[in-house]
Amino acid sequence: MTFDDWYRQDRLPHIFCAGCGNGTIINCTLAAVDQMGWKKDDTVFVSGIGCSSRAPGYIVTDSLHTTHGRAIAFATGVKMANPDLNVVVFTGDGDLAAIGGNHFIHACRRNIDLTVVCMNNQIYGMTGGQGSPTTPRGCFSTTTPTGCVEMPFDLCELAIAAGANYVSRWTSYHVKELEKAVKVGLETPGFSFIEALVQCPTAFGRRNKFRQVADHVEYLRAHSLLKAKRDRLIEAGEAVPDDMFVVGELARRKRPALGVKP
Amino acid sequence: MTRTEFWQGNTACAEGALAAGCNFFGGYPITPSTEVAELMAAKMPKKGGVFIQMEDEIASMASIIGAAWTGARSMTATSGPGFSLMMENIGYAVMTETPCVVVNVQRGGPSTGQPTMAAQGDMMQVRFGSQGDYAIIALCPASVQEMYELTAKAFNLADQYRVPVFLMADEIVGHMREKIIIPDSMAKTPRKALVKGTLPFKPDADLVPGFPQFGKGYGVHVTGLTHDERGYPCTTNPKLHEALVRRLVDKIESARHAIADFDIINPDARQVFIAYGAPVRTVQQVMHDRPDKNIGFLRLRTVWPFPEYALAEFKNAKCFLMPELNLGQMAREVERHVRVPVVNIQKLGGELHTPAELVAALEAHR
Repeated sequence: MTFDDWYRQDRLPHIFCAGCGNGTIINCTLAAVDQMGWKKDDTVFVSGIGCSSRAPGYIVTDSLHTTHGRAIAFATGVKMANPDLNVVVFTGDGDLAAIGGNHFIHACRRNIDLTVVCMNNQIYGMTGGQGSPTTPRGCFSTTTPTGCVEMPFDLCELAIAAGANYVSRWTSYHVKELEKAVKVGLETPGFSFIEALVQCPTAFGRRNKFRQVADHVEYLRAHSLLKAKRDRLIEAGEAVPDDMFVVGELARRKRPALGVKP
Repeated sequence: MTRTEFWQGNTACAEGALAAGCNFFGGYPITPSTEVAELMAAKMPKKGGVFIQMEDEIASMASIIGAAWTGARSMTATSGPGFSLMMENIGYAVMTETPCVVVNVQRGGPSTGQPTMAAQGDMMQVRFGSQGDYAIIALCPASVQEMYELTAKAFNLADQYRVPVFLMADEIVGHMREKIIIPDSMAKTPRKALVKGTLPFKPDADLVPGFPQFGKGYGVHVTGLTHDERGYPCTTNPKLHEALVRRLVDKIESARHAIADFDIINPDARQVFIAYGAPVRTVQQVMHDRPDKNIGFLRLRTVWPFPEYALAEFKNAKCFLMPELNLGQMAREVERHVRVPVVNIQKLGGELHTPAELVAALEAHR
């Protein structure tokens, strides 16, 4: 991985908590960007509000840290006005799926040439651990003190249904796979969505019996179900466990796209 | 070669924007502003620009800010309900000093209100609608000609002061058709580029920093958080926050003489009308019908920042009469600056004041 050159050294130290998974995802993304051979001057990072959205502030390129949930709408303006720019969006589960849900599905539908990396920690970390649209049933947060009773969003299924050209899901454990997935996303014309489940020891882990950061990462690993395995289960007529995250490349297609570099 | 057309106000607005070099329009359909978007959709691509219909007005506002950072002259058009949705990102544009133009063809509110009828109910919202202290520029056209000219002017002001500029039209001006003389070309104020090596948010003497366009190697970080001159978040330093917010306000307020655009008629008059937007037309009718040196008129095109010094030109004024299509939003601003009575001639419902209503007010306060 060669991502060091992309960081603003004068911005360190960063605000992420000890044990946060976001750094892993940012490193993987920047490593993929670096492999693309993109020039820093031609690359723009856009984000909304939340822990994940602080990422562009640490990157040397032009970057737009916008309002809560709106990153993709801002990025749409950047990309449509200048398709020569490579535009990557960092977002989180609250930013993308709650307040920004409408912008997300419409960007998938337009299939605009953006790559969106969602750090899904299944909680609102920045505001201190409230339930998010991806908080699993039964999990504790400050706004689900007796356990979450709502069903969580499957962000990847949402992106696929809405029309994105490339969709994959990995976790902060799967760094090599994630880096490759981001790279394929960057290469794919049209809307690419990469969901990365991350540990959040401060807001999620400590309320949900993950005493150590590694416990949470191990949980993510152990509950990852490869898409190929899932498909075999379905083929064999066996039940797919509903506490597993399906990981892997979930969609790759060539629907007509918008804002592609001419 | 100038040419003459017979256009609707909204057509003139879109054409004025195109003449000013607008090359990005992000919008969402809403009565009574939709014609602006329709014309942009038809004409923008032919001029090499981008038209995109966004999923809502929040996204429209976001898209024009994103486009502006790539160097585009960007614009959106909406009306009350959409304008309310835009407030969040309007604040972002102010905080990040993003030049862009927002057209609000005002209709009757609150809420969905009167989609096809005129109002001037958003004059305070445009000034104060987003959170925090800030300043913006708002222009009010009263004719189809001005829909064209003030739209073009809005782009120049936006680029010069790096602030969202609002064309606060209304349904009457937006939908009426009248003669318009199209000038050959519109003067274009270039956006001042950031000098390489300068901190991206370090202001020049005019309190406006140079613009570090995306894709030009500046490596600028743009954030709606309170930021230092490097553009880096710096949210807990009280002095830095105060200095930033004061500069954002001062760069507009201290330039209000330069930004001001108004006409003064009969400065020695005892009774003085003040109007902006569609009610200007009723005042003009009254003054045409009753030529009288004792009836004065301050006719505003720039409403924000409010050119309060213009009021002092009427030294003999015994009262100011303000017809507005609201319950007296700008009259309150005038009251702050004068010692004589300010008569607020209110009108709700979507129609213009009749000349008789203004004459009655003249008689009542003689």
